[in-house]
Amino acid sequence: MLRWLTILLLCQWLGELAVTVSGLAVPGPVVGMLLLLIGLLMLGQEPSELGAVADGLLQHLSLLFVPAGVGVMQHLGIIRLQWAPLLGVVILGTIITMLATGWVMQWLQTDSDEPAP
Amino acid sequence: MTLDIQQIWVYLAARPLTGLLLTLLAYQGGVWLYRVSGQRAICNPVLIAVLALIAILFATGTDYASYFEGAQFVHFLLGPATVALAVPLYRQLQRVRQSLRALTIALICGALTGIVSAVVIAWLLRAPGVVIASLAPKSVTTPIAMGVAERVGGLPSLTAAVVIVTGIFGAAVGPSLLSRAGIKSPQARGLAMGVSAHGIGTARALEESQIAGAFSGLAIGLNGLATAILLPLLYQLTLAGWQWFAG
Repeated sequence: MLRWLTILLLCQWLGELAVTVSGLAVPGPVVGMLLLLIGLLMLGQEPSELGAVADGLLQHLSLLFVPAGVGVMQHLGIIRLQWAPLLGVVILGTIITMLATGWVMQWLQTDSDEPAP
Repeated sequence: MTLDIQQIWVYLAARPLTGLLLTLLAYQGGVWLYRVSGQRAICNPVLIAVLALIAILFATGTDYASYFEGAQFVHFLLGPATVALAVPLYRQLQRVRQSLRALTIALICGALTGIVSAVVIAWLLRAPGVVIASLAPKSVTTPIAMGVAERVGGLPSLTAAVVIVTGIFGAAVGPSLLSRAGIKSPQARGLAMGVSAHGIGTARALEESQIAGAFSGLAIGLNGLATAILLPLLYQLTLAGWQWFAG
């Protein structure tokens, strides 16, 4: 368990290092995710202990959003000033994105190997 | 000696344990409310926890910095959790291979539509640059969205809030919207929910079918990756183009 948690943190650290050195505009943990994915592909299988650590972290992923979400109290001023763009983007932007993705996927999909429920 | 609640709170609020404990309690209260309400999207545990904590902090006159002294221990885990997203991605590789072409094109279209629609709508509604940058990655899972927003000059905490509201809205209206639009394929429905409404959309897609849930979960990581790469690139291109244009 401890070994795989250390490897997760090592991947994140290497990701942060790669971003700092290269100046790439991508978050360090995302590069860390890519590094771990490459590692898993090279390994050719998922170590069960890594699976347990990852599942444990991701099982409560929602909880990890909370402190940053509370941070919005610092931005109530900008929200009051910018309520129209915030509301417009959340409602219209989400509908447009959902429909565009669904239409393109259904249109291009050729694998009908699995029946609809 | 009389017990002054205000003085006791001032002492307690300065201790990291209080912020950490309040965060865990508020979240578990949210999970409980979500269950009793019959899993209504409006009772999303994160929304409930955030609203409850903001109310508590305002009622007690505690500032965010004091709260974060304790909450940072939870916040810190966003980094390793983002790295851990590689595991579900790895598990879904067989499914990805089966519909690789459709998945890739739909995903890139979705990621681009998400970014461009947010930027254009915000710009049309006269939002300043920092707000546009905070809204641009709104459809992506929070750890990635916050990181990307930070890189392009947005406010990560504003992004986190907009991402959560986006997820709740998408999960609530998604299924009926997709049905009305004639999108019946479970793969397409799942992918659409995951690309536009990340984790909260995925939870709703899983209630619909296993296939939709699998594709929605896959879309969280892939759209995160696509947006993390595309948005900073678009940002740098726009900046370069603007500098060239302005001489």
